[in-house]
Amino acid sequence: MFEHYLSLLVKATFIENMALAFFLGMCSFLAVSQKVKTAIGLGAAVVFVLTVTCPLNAALYHYVLKEGALIEGVDLSFLNFLTFIGTIAAAVQVVEMALEKFAPALHAALGVFLPLIAVNCAILGASLFMVDRDYYVVDSLFFGFGSGLGFALAIAALAAIREKMRYSDVPPALRGLGITFIVTGLMAIGFMMFGGISL
Amino acid sequence: MDFLRDQLDKLEHQFEKGGKYEALFPLFEAPDTILYTPRTVTKAASHVRDKLDQKRMMITVVAALLPICLFACWNTGYQAALAIGQGAAPLHSWQAWLYEAMGMGYDASNPVTCAIFGALFFLPVWLTVGLIGGHVEAAFSVIRKHEITEGFLVTWFLFALSLPPTIPLWMVGVGIAVGVLLGKEVFGGVGMNVMNPALVSRAFLFFAYPAAMSGDAVWVAAENTDAFTGATWLAVAADANQGMEALNASGHLLKDSFLGAIPGSMGETSTLLCLVGATILIVTKIGSWRTMAGVTIGTAIMAWTLNGIGSDTNPMFAMGPEWHMVLGGWAFGMVFMATDPVSSAFTDTGKWIYGFFIGVFVVLVRVVNPGYPEGMMLAILFMNMFAPLIDHFVVQANVKRRQERYAAGLPEGQSAEAKEAH
Repeated sequence: MFEHYLSLLVKATFIENMALAFFLGMCSFLAVSQKVKTAIGLGAAVVFVLTVTCPLNAALYHYVLKEGALIEGVDLSFLNFLTFIGTIAAAVQVVEMALEKFAPALHAALGVFLPLIAVNCAILGASLFMVDRDYYVVDSLFFGFGSGLGFALAIAALAAIREKMRYSDVPPALRGLGITFIVTGLMAIGFMMFGGISL
Repeated sequence: MDFLRDQLDKLEHQFEKGGKYEALFPLFEAPDTILYTPRTVTKAASHVRDKLDQKRMMITVVAALLPICLFACWNTGYQAALAIGQGAAPLHSWQAWLYEAMGMGYDASNPVTCAIFGALFFLPVWLTVGLIGGHVEAAFSVIRKHEITEGFLVTWFLFALSLPPTIPLWMVGVGIAVGVLLGKEVFGGVGMNVMNPALVSRAFLFFAYPAAMSGDAVWVAAENTDAFTGATWLAVAADANQGMEALNASGHLLKDSFLGAIPGSMGETSTLLCLVGATILIVTKIGSWRTMAGVTIGTAIMAWTLNGIGSDTNPMFAMGPEWHMVLGGWAFGMVFMATDPVSSAFTDTGKWIYGFFIGVFVVLVRVVNPGYPEGMMLAILFMNMFAPLIDHFVVQANVKRRQERYAAGLPEGQSAEAKEAH
């Protein structure tokens, strides 16, 4: 059993990395990767939100929304999107309130991108993958945590690269987002190292 | 030599500011400073009196690579002759045609004809890399007004040596253009890139044209037949039907693999010559021994761990660290690619961590990933990506430690008594 969860975790973190294998959550990935400290802050927020929402959504899906879960013959899965987004928005609200109270500097640095986690496709994506792959509650706990970890790792690495690139002499036309896209592509080639591993 | 200097001096004014070929200054500067020392001198304070600038540094790496180039020529020819002796057919290519037209036969015991046949494969690849990559580099130098540097020389040699002998030349050209362009020049040239351009080139080819960069048919310059398949030893060991027993039983010895007379990418096979290169790089303090030691330790620990876990279906689990270190691109990658000062970690502690994880990941990919029998290139590329992050944490830890030391009232290198004496 332990091995099953471990392989789920490793798979979600490295092999099916949200940012660099599926290219989900790109908006915050590209926008909040200027400084390592902020990037790690956002990464931690994403880890928390994913770890909370993924199992919660899994429970809602398997015990309420799935066909025949609540009442035999009733299929509520058309409410998936609405329910999932509701859960996610609530979790993000909790994170935001906690950060505002306990880490105001990070809260200010993350700015609009913190509430925007609510519509970060990596987070809704994880819940939809959960439905797609039929993960149960404990499975989705590990899957959510692993996905978040993978995203945090990727955004921290990108931020460190961008900090190092302050000393680079990028052609003017490519400065900013252009070179970040190129770096993201190169990073994705690096992450292809894990492609093909079946756990 | 004075004649050459005079000629260069005569030409120089035309390339300087206001001269006829002002825009092409990098094209003049490059041969001039390869042949003679750069004339830039420090004018303000802090005079650097070391002769080891970037140019000399890179040339030392090229010097360390030269024996490997010669060996690559011989081994490519030797493997082909050996394969043909074992029942493979000669390749249908212009190289084989030219070689046969020169009236030479496939004789594995004759090192001269082997080297000539191998050179027919290695030199065109090497020339293509230099020609295409050099033009990309020169074009960027002229437009962006930076110098053509010896950094490209290293990329040139490394990329040519890391290719299989049968690779089509157009692919070589595409690969090096992508590597120099996206791996280096878009970041502003030498010293400003994030990933090793030679590895970017190779990884690009590996994923874009897997048929030409992996499998059984590309590593030996001869046609596979029923009697002969040119699989690398790593592929043999990873095959569930063959495994380590087959590797041991078929007369494949650790010693052969260490010396390098095995099929593989042209320059990667000889662990011995890579170690010679490593010695040169370590003695001249150009390559980091910390990175190399880190890779070695990481490989050993990971290989022993996987040996301990074991597996019934995957024979690679049984491969010991001594085999991991002599097969594939391990030694070549560790010595020449992982130690790249630009794309590796910068701090001393960081180099240990960076090297260690390369070692861990190379074994992991070789053993666990059925898609890729070899993982050195990918492991280094992966860690290139995390090197800045490792540095960041090492630097933050240093800052924190020093802050605590200052908070405790003992500045660095000062004992309590020395402070009282003040």
